[in-house]
Amino acid sequence: MTLEKGKMIEVYRKMLEIRRFEEKVYDLYGENLVPGTIHLYAGQEAVAAGVCANLRSDDYITSTHRGHGHCIAKGAQLKRVMAEILGKKTGYCSGKGGSMHIADFSIGMLGATAVVGAGLPIAAGAGLSIRLRKTDQVVACFFGEGASNQGTFHEGINMAAIWKLPVLFVCENNLYAMGTRQSIVMAIENVADRATAYGIPGVVVDGNDVMAVYEAAREAVERARSGKGPTLMECKTYRHKGHSRFDPAAYRPKEEVEEWLKREPITRFRARLLEMKTLTEEEADKIEQEVVVAIEEAVRFALESPYPAPEEALEHVYI
Amino acid sequence: MTYRDALREALREEMLRDETVFLLGEDVGRYWKGAFKVTKGLAEEFGDERVRDTPISESAIIGVATGAAITGMRPVAEIMFGDLSALAMDQIANQAAKLRYMFGGQTKVPLVIRMPFGAGVNIAAHHSQSLEAWFLHVPGLKIAMPSTPYDAKGLLKTAIRDDNPVMFFEHKLLYSIKGPVPEEEYTVPLGVADVKREGEDVTIFATLYMVHKSLAAAEMLSKQGISAEVVDPRTLVPLDKQAIVDSVKKTGRIVIVTEDCKTGGVSAEIAAVVAEEAIDYLDAPVKRVAEPDTPIPFSPPLEKFVIPDENRIIGAVKEIVR
Repeated sequence: MTLEKGKMIEVYRKMLEIRRFEEKVYDLYGENLVPGTIHLYAGQEAVAAGVCANLRSDDYITSTHRGHGHCIAKGAQLKRVMAEILGKKTGYCSGKGGSMHIADFSIGMLGATAVVGAGLPIAAGAGLSIRLRKTDQVVACFFGEGASNQGTFHEGINMAAIWKLPVLFVCENNLYAMGTRQSIVMAIENVADRATAYGIPGVVVDGNDVMAVYEAAREAVERARSGKGPTLMECKTYRHKGHSRFDPAAYRPKEEVEEWLKREPITRFRARLLEMKTLTEEEADKIEQEVVVAIEEAVRFALESPYPAPEEALEHVYI
Repeated sequence: MTYRDALREALREEMLRDETVFLLGEDVGRYWKGAFKVTKGLAEEFGDERVRDTPISESAIIGVATGAAITGMRPVAEIMFGDLSALAMDQIANQAAKLRYMFGGQTKVPLVIRMPFGAGVNIAAHHSQSLEAWFLHVPGLKIAMPSTPYDAKGLLKTAIRDDNPVMFFEHKLLYSIKGPVPEEEYTVPLGVADVKREGEDVTIFATLYMVHKSLAAAEMLSKQGISAEVVDPRTLVPLDKQAIVDSVKKTGRIVIVTEDCKTGGVSAEIAAVVAEEAIDYLDAPVKRVAEPDTPIPFSPPLEKFVIPDENRIIGAVKEIVR
């Protein structure tokens, strides 16, 4: 157990924030307050929270279309993430990005890309920049198992490997790329096995066990920071909802869903914290209430914020 | 000085001036020195870290350069042949070009992507295209296309200092041409056209190697009593529309000469600019001389047939100048 008590509680709070945040986004969408589409992170909280707990604020992350959790785990303000999802002027990207393209450069969140797999070379580039600037930062690059079939997965990890760049490639394997089950598109069970092809460590982790994720990421971060190069971490996890808001995920067998819900990461971590007496029931409930209040404040802020002026569409094309 | 040497001087001077500038691409390092020898000697001077040979991974070359650009570096990426930019298109058009906009201006992408275009050396459909129109259609990218050693050096220095992604298109047949380049420091601004030859009767708008064919055509036309003005935009984004309008105002006629395919090509955009902003000054229809919408063929007579030359330029001019 390397996580000290305060840090464990912080990680638990982050996971709860992500879950309650995503539940709220789901509801707001139902009320027609969220334009476009959304891809919820609910169920995968242990991955973002466990990895980001190892990062400093000057470390970088890259994210995906399913990126709200990555933002929150890296330390983004809930209210500005929510405002961006609602298309408001006060959002992180002034309403230009929306749910699938949130960034907060002030905390090293280099942005979400909605092109599956596109973030891997960009993360490697941030790693190269770290190397050339001679700092000891690291980069965590989040992507799904679907992205591991893109050419950019091969190209990006290979470059990071040959140059020993300080990057954690964090594959969140939630078993489905939209409606396509992994076994239909991959002849192997573990994405991490592909690490062998690049001469780097590949680690399979229970992505619903935040302590396991934390430990694996800690080793990978240490390796990266000490100049030994990248690691491919595969976190086995499961999304609670469909791919996007209107996907009922009928392609997933009921038994499978039930099985995964039993391994749900937040309930598990709470039970563990109680069992270890890191938290009492009362303290855990109090955190829960605080998180609910924080999300309500974020929603209020976002709802009350103005939309950008239409002409702002013409800004920021060039500097 | 040759165009090749002028490009190298620009890279070298900017690398000396700013340590965040670095080069990456396939075979740009000490072993091959760039497919067209532009980077010769730079790895020896600046080291393999700053003149970085990459795997054959065009998508990651641009993705890595983009990731470095948004975290404090000024990469100059080389794609060995412009045709291969297709392999990097997502990283160029969806990532590098859009990150600043999508993220509400939080970041900048100071990145130069160099690549050679153009036919004329019989290497056929996968190594000869002129694809500037693809990139002209992507907001967020700037486009430089120098036709002379002077412009090559001055524009490349400006492109490296620019905070936007700049597509920097060279032409295979230009690397060995010679032209005057000042000893002292200078830059060429983006968005300022250059009148390469003044004339009265017709404007010939041309880019890259077509500038030279247009100048040769103008010389032949002058012997037949036709005075042609050759306007080289030097950059397509930003585009110096005023220079085009001013020239058309003077001559009343325009022939647009580009090496890319005619349909949906750069010539179409320039014709549209003339139609929107200078139609009242026109005394004759706009003429376009471009590649006739084919892949670039291999065999010398076939290739020669599709690439615009002096005769086609002269023919187009004569259709509208009587």
